[in-house]
Amino acid sequence: METTAPTAPTLNYLNNGYGLKSWLLTKDHKRIALLYLWSITAFFFLGGFFALMIRIELLTPASDFVQPDTYNKLFTMHGVVMVFFFLIPSIPAVLGNFLVPIMVGAKDLAFPRINLLSWYIYVLGGLFTIVAAVTGGVDTGWTFYAPYSTSASNSHVILAGVGIFITGFSSILTGLNFIVTVHRMRAPGLTWFRLPLFVWAMYATSLIMILGTPVIAITVLLVAVERGLHLGIFDPALGGDPILFQHLFWFYSHPAVYIMILPAMGVVSELVQTFSRKNIFGYSFVAFSSLAIAVIGFLVWGHHLFVSGQSTYAGLMFSLISFFVAIPSAVKVFNWTATLYKGSISWDSPMLYAFGFIGLFTIGGLTGLFLATLGMDIHLHDTYFIIAHFHYVMVGGAIMGYLGGLHYWWPKITGRMYPEGWAKFAALNIFVGFNLTFFPQFIVGYLGMPRRYAMYAPEFQIYNVLSTAGATILGAGYLIPMIYFTWSLKGAAIAGDNPWGARGLEWEIPSPPPTENFPASPIVTENTHQYAPSREVGIV
Amino acid sequence: MFTNFPFFPEQASQQAANVDALYFFLLAVSAFFSALIAILIVFFAVRFRRRSDTEVGEAIHGSLALELMWTFIPLGITMVMFVWGAVTFFHMTRPPQNAMEIYVVGKQWMWKLEHMDGAREINELHLPVGRPVKLIMGSEDVIHSFFIPSFRAKADVIPGRFNTLWFTPSKAGRYHIFCTQYCGTKHSNMIGWATVMEPAEYQAWVAGNVTGGTMAENGAKLFSDLSCNTCHLDSGQAQGRGPSLRNLYGRQVLLQRLETTVADDAYLRESILNPQAKIVSGFQPLMPTYQGLVTEEQLLQLIAYVKSLSDAPPPASAVKK
Repeated sequence: METTAPTAPTLNYLNNGYGLKSWLLTKDHKRIALLYLWSITAFFFLGGFFALMIRIELLTPASDFVQPDTYNKLFTMHGVVMVFFFLIPSIPAVLGNFLVPIMVGAKDLAFPRINLLSWYIYVLGGLFTIVAAVTGGVDTGWTFYAPYSTSASNSHVILAGVGIFITGFSSILTGLNFIVTVHRMRAPGLTWFRLPLFVWAMYATSLIMILGTPVIAITVLLVAVERGLHLGIFDPALGGDPILFQHLFWFYSHPAVYIMILPAMGVVSELVQTFSRKNIFGYSFVAFSSLAIAVIGFLVWGHHLFVSGQSTYAGLMFSLISFFVAIPSAVKVFNWTATLYKGSISWDSPMLYAFGFIGLFTIGGLTGLFLATLGMDIHLHDTYFIIAHFHYVMVGGAIMGYLGGLHYWWPKITGRMYPEGWAKFAALNIFVGFNLTFFPQFIVGYLGMPRRYAMYAPEFQIYNVLSTAGATILGAGYLIPMIYFTWSLKGAAIAGDNPWGARGLEWEIPSPPPTENFPASPIVTENTHQYAPSREVGIV
Repeated sequence: MFTNFPFFPEQASQQAANVDALYFFLLAVSAFFSALIAILIVFFAVRFRRRSDTEVGEAIHGSLALELMWTFIPLGITMVMFVWGAVTFFHMTRPPQNAMEIYVVGKQWMWKLEHMDGAREINELHLPVGRPVKLIMGSEDVIHSFFIPSFRAKADVIPGRFNTLWFTPSKAGRYHIFCTQYCGTKHSNMIGWATVMEPAEYQAWVAGNVTGGTMAENGAKLFSDLSCNTCHLDSGQAQGRGPSLRNLYGRQVLLQRLETTVADDAYLRESILNPQAKIVSGFQPLMPTYQGLVTEEQLLQLIAYVKSLSDAPPPASAVKK
C-alpha cells in the first residue's frame, strides 16, 4: 500500500515530443498503439452508427425508415467496418502493441518501422472503405458471396474489396512483429512458461493472422478479377463455381473469429489474476488451449456450408472438428472460474467486464454447439439465431474483453485513473443493454426470421422492438466511457506505477512509461502473477 | 399489436419434432452449463471478496484431475450432440424413393414452382398432407436459399447445379417460405406461402391448375424443337449419333476409359449444358453446348422428359443421392 500520493514521471513517452510529426513518424510502439486507438475508435462509432440505423429500421415490420437498398448497404457496411476495421485490430493493435514489448521486457517490438507501416496500411485500407461508403456504399453483405458480388451487385464492391485487401497486410505485419518479438526479445529469465497469458494469446492470434489473412486477400482479389475482367472463377454463367468462393472465404473468416476472441481471452486471463490477486489455475492448459484454438480453428470452415449442398461426409467431418474446437474454449472458462476460488476478489470495473465476458462468452460458445450440430444447423442457418450467437461471441466476448483491458491498462497508458463509479455504471449498462439487444434474437431466429431482411413478418415484431430498445441502452453504455476517458486525461487523479497492486513487468515501470520502457533489461525470476508464496497443489 | 409471444414455430412436418427434440437437448445442456458458470462466479465473487487492501489469494497452481474432468466430460457431451445431429441430418438429406417431385427455380426475387403434372405456381406451394415431397431446386442468377421454418427444412438454391430438399408435411395450414441467402435489393420480398391441404383437396387443386401439359410433355416438345431427337433417336434399336435416352434415368452409364456414373439430375444437367464433360463410351464428342439456349425451367422440363422415358422405376441400387 502506498503511503505517499503517487506522482507521474517527469519524462515519459507522452511528453517526449509534442508536434504532429512526433506522432506521425513515431517508431515507439506505445505511440503507435495510441494512433491505432484513435483510428479504431472512429471506426467503432462509424460501425455503431450503421447498427443504430439498422435497429431503427427493424423497429417495424415494413421497410419504412430507409429503402431496402439502403438497408442492405447499412448491414454490409456495419459488418465490414466492425469486423475488418474494429474487431480484428482492436486488442492486438492497441493493447497488444502497447503491452507485448513491455510484458516481455523489451524496449520495443522487433521491427518498429514495420509497426508504423502497419498503421499507415490500415489507414489507407480504411480510406478506401470510407470512400466506398460515402460514394454509394456496398450491398453484398460483409461475406461478399459470389456470384452476387461478382455479377449481380451494382455497388462499389471492388473499392471496398481493395480496402479489405490492403488492410489485411497491416494484420499480417502486426502478427509477424509479435511472433518475432516473443521469440527473440524476451528478457533474461522470462521463459515461455513464465510469459503472461496475454502474450500467449497474442502469439496464437498472430499465427492465425499471418497464415489466414493471405487467403482472404486472394479471395477478394479473385472477386475483383471476376467482376472487373469477367474471368470465370465463381460465377457458373462464366464457368466458375460459387461454392469455391465460400470455401476460400470461410477458410480465413472462420479463423478470423478466433483473431477476434483469442486476444479478449488473453485480456480476461490477466484481469482474473490481478483482481483475485492469484495466479491462474492451470497455466499450461490455458496457454495451450489458445494454440489449440488457433490450430483447430483452421479446420472447421465447412460448417458455414452445411446447407450449401456440400457432401454429407464433408459435413460430418466439419461438424466433428467444430465440436473439438469448442473444448479448449470450455477449458478456459472452467480455469478462469476455478481461479476465483480462494482468491481475494475485488469488484473493480475491469473485473466486472471480466465477469461479463465469462458469462456472455459461455452463452456464445454454447450456442455455437447448436450450429455445429448438423441436424440442428439446417433450421438455424442464416436466421437471427446466428446473428445472436456471433454477437454474443464478438460483442459480449471480444468487446467486453477489449473494454475490460482498456480500463485495466488505462492508468498505465495515460498515467491517470478514471471515475470508478461511472465506470461501474457503464459496465452494468453495457451488460444489460447487450443482453436485451441480442437475447431476443435467439428466439426470433428459432421462429425462423432470416438475417439481412429489410422487412419481416409481423409476428416477429415484439422481439425486434426489444432488440432496438436494448441497442439504445447499449449505445449509451458505449458513449459513457468515451466521455470519462477523455475527461480523465486532464481531470482525474494521478495513477501511480501500480494502482491495482498487480504483478507483471508493465506494473514495475512508471505510468505513463518512459519511451525506452526499462532503464536496463529486467531480469525475471518468477512466474507470472505470483501474489502469495507458492505451495504444492492441494485439491483433488 | 402484440397479441402473442411465440417461442417456437409450428411443427408442420414429420421431421419438425425430431429437430425440436434435438433443440431441447441442446437447450438443456446449455442452460445447465450457463447456470453452473454464472452461479460459481457469483458465489466465488461474493464468498472470496477482498476484505482488506493487503489481502492476496492463495497460490493454487492447478489440478490435473480437474483439467481432465472438464476436458473429457464436455467432450463426451458434445459427441452425443454430434451423433444425434448427424443421424437427424442423414435422415433430412435422404429423400425416400416414393417422394413426390416438385421443381423449384429461384430468381431475383421470386420462387417459381412446377409440379410434375404441370401445375405451376409463383411464391406459392400447394402440398398434400402426409406425402413425402422432394424439391429439386436450381437458380437462374445468384444463390438463394429455400426455407420453410415450420417444416424445419432449408437448402441453398445455387446457380449451375441442383440441390434437393425433402420433407413430409404433417398438418394442414399455411406456412412461410423465406429466402435465407442474401440475394440483393428485394431479398426480404422473396417470400411466399406453403399451403398444406388434405389429399382430396390437393387433387382438386391440381386438377384446376394444370395448364398446358405436364412437365414431361412440355419437355418432349422442347426435345424436338431443339432438334435433340435428330441424334438421340428414340427407337431403342437403330443407333443414333448420340446415345438413346430410353431407360437411362437413374441407371449406370459407361463412359470412356471405363469410368461409370449414375444418370441422375446432376448428370443430365451437365450433359445438356457441358456435353464434353462426360462422353458415353462408343460415342463421339459431337454435341454442342446448350448453355444459354435453354432456361433453367426448360432444363427441368427436358430432364422430366428423360425421366418419363423409363418404362419401370430404376433399380434402387443405382439411385443414390
